[in-house]
Amino acid sequence: MSEKMFICGDEAVALGAKLARPQVIAAYPITPQTIVVERLSDYVEDGSLDAQYLHVESEHSAITASIGAASVGARTFTATSSQGLLYMAEGLYYASGGRLPIVMMDANRSLALPWNIYGDQRDSLSQLEAGWIQLYAEDAQEALDLTIQAYKIAEDPEVMLPVMVCLDGFVLTHTYEVVEIPEQDKVDAFIPYQKYANRMDLEHPMSNCVTAGPDYNMELHYQQHLATIKAGEKLEAADKEYGKLFGRTYGGMIETYRTEDADAVIVTLGSVAGTTRCVVDKMRDEGKKVGLLRIRCMRPFPVQEIVDALKGVKAVGVLEKDVDHGFEGVVYTNVNSALMRAADKPATFSFIAGLGGRSILKSDIENCFAKLLRQAAGTPQSPTVEFVKLGCE
Amino acid sequence: MGLNAQNITNEELFYGHKACGGCGAALSIRLVMKVLGKRTFAIVPPNCMSTVAFIYPSMTFGCSGAITTFAGTAAFESGVEAGAKALGLTDYTVVGFAGDGGTADIGLQSLSGAIDRGDRIMYICYDNEAYMNTGVQTSGLTPYGAKTTTSPAGDRLPGNTKPKKNVFEIVAAHDIPYAATASLGYPEDLLNKVAKAKATDGPSYIHIFAPCPTGWGCASELTVDIAKKAVDSGLWYLAEYENHEYTLNRNPKQFSDVRDYLKKQGRFAHLKDKDIEEICSIRDAIWAQMRKHWNCK
Repeated sequence: MSEKMFICGDEAVALGAKLARPQVIAAYPITPQTIVVERLSDYVEDGSLDAQYLHVESEHSAITASIGAASVGARTFTATSSQGLLYMAEGLYYASGGRLPIVMMDANRSLALPWNIYGDQRDSLSQLEAGWIQLYAEDAQEALDLTIQAYKIAEDPEVMLPVMVCLDGFVLTHTYEVVEIPEQDKVDAFIPYQKYANRMDLEHPMSNCVTAGPDYNMELHYQQHLATIKAGEKLEAADKEYGKLFGRTYGGMIETYRTEDADAVIVTLGSVAGTTRCVVDKMRDEGKKVGLLRIRCMRPFPVQEIVDALKGVKAVGVLEKDVDHGFEGVVYTNVNSALMRAADKPATFSFIAGLGGRSILKSDIENCFAKLLRQAAGTPQSPTVEFVKLGCE
Repeated sequence: MGLNAQNITNEELFYGHKACGGCGAALSIRLVMKVLGKRTFAIVPPNCMSTVAFIYPSMTFGCSGAITTFAGTAAFESGVEAGAKALGLTDYTVVGFAGDGGTADIGLQSLSGAIDRGDRIMYICYDNEAYMNTGVQTSGLTPYGAKTTTSPAGDRLPGNTKPKKNVFEIVAAHDIPYAATASLGYPEDLLNKVAKAKATDGPSYIHIFAPCPTGWGCASELTVDIAKKAVDSGLWYLAEYENHEYTLNRNPKQFSDVRDYLKKQGRFAHLKDKDIEEICSIRDAIWAQMRKHWNCK
């Protein structure tokens, strides 16, 4: 029997990681990821998790040690946030280029300067090109489930790529909710450990993490590109299989809510999707045709899924806790690029909100929808990137 | 009886690479691998050795190996060791081969972390006294007076203005189970130190003095000779740290003339008498300290 526990997002990730039985954990503490590594340390100490826990001296070493462990075929877990993720950046590209199925949790947190420990998504979104599969959870339950599913996707022989599971700092990492904990034997059956081919072996020596000059470099990147795209299918398949075993499914790379006949849709990711859903319900009650599209997977990017889901929508706003200074929101850039493939491209708007952990209220989201509805009704709205609820001019 | 030229294996586990003639780093790896054998994971950061040895699809190491991040040699080794342990592997060695810059500068933090954790890894620093792979730039282990492309010698500067960073004692300060210095000029001493490191149940470190004819401006057949002269003239030393104690393995009553060592190398060709006096005074201070505080043979 599965049990229910009242836990925070960090604890949900730690339990998910524990259930996946990583053989090596290498991590360095950083707020708001710390509870994950504290719990995992407890599990190793009390014997409930049989793993080698490396207390590394930096995030750079956390990812490098994870790469080392994965390069001999060990199932590996790490976790970080913000500055730590950036300190890992070299290793992120390394792990994906080396086709090493490491799973990492990122507690989404603002980037210095200015210093700020609270949640926004600038850290992981700055690393979209690092070659990792990037998944975003909406709540603690999904964070736990994604942590387990991440191994299914990462270790798939057709994928063999690292996976990052992203949770909004504090809003998810430190907020408590009731979470259903899957049974260990079922998780074992869902993600059985198997030796993968891409590993250093004492009996059959091979060189790993090699140099590839102009003769081979393109081909290796092309293969990695195809494998990354493949991961989208694998996410959907993993979600379905998981649903059969545990009774919870989330959809594939995106989740839509009341978008079918919508005039205006907000595209977002992470925990603010929950708030947006409430606003959609309220505005629908008022007769306004609005909907939500939640991106669960930023890499691979759900291009066709977004095009299909937004067919017939007149105005689309991308609400994100991120800004690419001097341009627009990065998620907006991605969504807008996808919609260029649509037969009838909707008007699109970039909403920047929640930077440095500023709360995104229902009223803020309603204001975004109002702008989209004005556009949908035929009144052209300013295409300027909008900083939601800005306190200066 | 220890390892020597007569009883060492003829098997080669590092060959077919593209290193320069007389490369001290390649010779170091070749000798070390003869002691370690095939059941080894060889971890090499981006340096001359990974550059000449890991170019897909060639495979230069006769054992499994990987290139690691520049700053992360020891961390990668720790990961391999943890993974191998978790997978139940037995009878193997995890070794890293980093240069002087990869050890004394960019890799020092992860090396410190791995030693502090007590991970069972071996770390070889092949010291050719500058960043050779990028074209002979000064590193923390470039000696006083050496001319490099970023420590030019001229009227105002004598080349590099700082003595070598004391990595051996930095490593020993962690109370590491086994650390040693060695020189390609004394290969038997090196082989037996590698054997000791291999048998160590915990981290071990060997710092090999490994000339680079290309970067030092000397004839390629002089690698071993110069490495020997460095020790004989007191500009390098052979020592060990184990059981919480330092031991000086070789304590010559009289040093050979440093000029015999310096004059064979283009990087020292500019030195004036006062620069050579400074080199000798740095040397003498180091030896006075070692002779006073360390066990001497």
